[in-house]
Amino acid sequence: MTAVAGGTSAAEGAGSGEDAFLAAFDAAVAAEERIEPRDWMPDAYRATLVRQMAQHAHSEIIGMQPEANWITRAPSLRRKAILMAKVQDEAGHGLYLYSATETLGTGRDELLDKLHAGRQKYSSIFNYPTLTWADVGAIGWLVDGAAITNQVPLCRCSYGPYARAMIRICKEESFHQRQGFELLLALSEGTPEQHAMAQDAVDRWWWPSLMMFGPPDGESAHSAQSTAWKIKRFSNDELRQRFVDICVPQAEALGLTLPDPDLRWNEEKGGHDFGTVDWSEFQAVLKGNGPCNEERITQRRRAHEDGAWVRDAAAAYAAKQAAGSDEKAVAA
Amino acid sequence: MSEQTEWPLWEVFVRSRRGLSHTHAGSLHAPDAELALRNARDLYTRRGEGVSLWVVPSAAITASSPDEKDPFFAPAADKPYRHPTFYEIPEGVKHL
Amino acid sequence: MSAALALADDALVLSHRLGEWAGHAPVLEEEVALANIALDLLGQARSLYSLVGDEDELAYLREERAFRNVQLVEQPNGDFAHTFARQLYFSAYQLPLYRALAATDSDLAPLAAKAAKEVEYHLDHARTWTLRLGDGTEESHARMQRACTALWKFTGELFQPVEGLEADPAALEAEWLVDIREVLERATLTLPDGPRLGGWAAGAGRQGLHTEPFGRMLAEMQHLHRSHPGATW
Repeated sequence: MTAVAGGTSAAEGAGSGEDAFLAAFDAAVAAEERIEPRDWMPDAYRATLVRQMAQHAHSEIIGMQPEANWITRAPSLRRKAILMAKVQDEAGHGLYLYSATETLGTGRDELLDKLHAGRQKYSSIFNYPTLTWADVGAIGWLVDGAAITNQVPLCRCSYGPYARAMIRICKEESFHQRQGFELLLALSEGTPEQHAMAQDAVDRWWWPSLMMFGPPDGESAHSAQSTAWKIKRFSNDELRQRFVDICVPQAEALGLTLPDPDLRWNEEKGGHDFGTVDWSEFQAVLKGNGPCNEERITQRRRAHEDGAWVRDAAAAYAAKQAAGSDEKAVAA
Repeated sequence: MSEQTEWPLWEVFVRSRRGLSHTHAGSLHAPDAELALRNARDLYTRRGEGVSLWVVPSAAITASSPDEKDPFFAPAADKPYRHPTFYEIPEGVKHL
Repeated sequence: MSAALALADDALVLSHRLGEWAGHAPVLEEEVALANIALDLLGQARSLYSLVGDEDELAYLREERAFRNVQLVEQPNGDFAHTFARQLYFSAYQLPLYRALAATDSDLAPLAAKAAKEVEYHLDHARTWTLRLGDGTEESHARMQRACTALWKFTGELFQPVEGLEADPAALEAEWLVDIREVLERATLTLPDGPRLGGWAAGAGRQGLHTEPFGRMLAEMQHLHRSHPGATW
């Protein structure tokens, strides 16, 4: 535990004072003030944040895999550089989010252990495979696009460190979406084979992207409380609608179609109507039966286990150096 | 030997350009100060965000009151005479 | 510009190898660090290729035997120790080379001056890890020693003369040896004493003779580009 991290504040365990603290907390949230690590907060608020932020962090680092899959095969040096920088950003975003989570008193190792043991989740979208180069573009345009739609409101989330991490991430993320769009545009306007590759990728990634907003509002387990706490600002369905409305004209600009026969403009609601997401697929992937669940977690676990001797070495070296300088201090 | 020793946490402060002070940017894990500084460089300044870095072990930071409010900071709120706007100056007086 | 091509191939191939680490690094902070180094090298390669011709034609449409990189950079990543032994050997060669080139009035000078700053950091990073792995745990020491020894035979090639390269190989080699000796000693590692050049393959990479893993690396790197002749990406 560090001075900067939260955890047990003096207030906790006071019992009788709890009501007063809760009232102060509620008032702060209502007044759009940010909650900071060492403030008193309800246990459930802390738990919700840890769950959501950890899942978010895990998604960033698992999300490196499907795209890293193409770094060695990127078809031009320019694209290779862009893709490497993007995958690197994802590692960086994971780091920002893990450190934000650590302010709540949960260490990164503990979070990683839970991920590796399958006790914490990451976004199901990364359990889909990247089969062609165009998938890199589809991930940038659709998956990152959906992520940004989800994340922009989080920049105003009631928990300060999370909101600050999200501001940094959203700033960096906009390059991700643009490069994806640009990549797809080059394919769409390229040879017939390239165009077909782009369309195939969009066909495969469209529906899973819509699932990224989570189950319909009526069935969302955590939504109501998260909204009250101002962790969540818009409902799953609101965000999904916003995303569809953003994508339709972009798809047109790309010269690609979205694989939904029911997609059409509804003048009355001022938005698009669209088909029903296959929630049974969503549930199946969530439960571990997606195309790549096993591979993703296995690779993550292996990287961590294979790296243990490296982390140990650096820790041992640091300990030796510290002991050495103590000896010198004593000698002096 | 693999006792899963987690590397300690460090707080990172970045000076975005000369003339400005170092500002807290975030944190990271590193086994020692040397690597903490290098990791901070790679993580927090890869888009040219800084010209100078500080890293401080998180454990070395002593924070003020747990809830960041009273009684540390409230007493400062009722001393308006510390601020220049407290004082009324006749019109036309300059350089004050 | 055979000199530019040789240096470009070095940078591209090493960048590609480092890119293979993405998603596999021992700790997240190192994911970011390795990618930074890979991106620096890729940038160097692209600038160097621009002096020779079209970067993508050069990278994607040459056969294995036309590549002029040293064999050291094409060696597979192995474990983290192998990757950093390779980084140490190569950065300690690249830094004095770029510094020497920066001081000439050749076409390479401006680029070398910029790259030298990047490589200074790469070398620093490699030293940092060499010390920690060498003087860390028993296991890390053994792994780092093994890696330094295994890659030793690829280091003589670094100092074979390259046509058009305005740098004195003997001087570079002397500086390199001093550097490596100093780092390995501080890291409690033994300077390998085997030959620094392979038997039949002396100076091979620079003449287009490579090791087996390189062909597979190129096959992977070039496959997509070659599958769509004339396409733009």
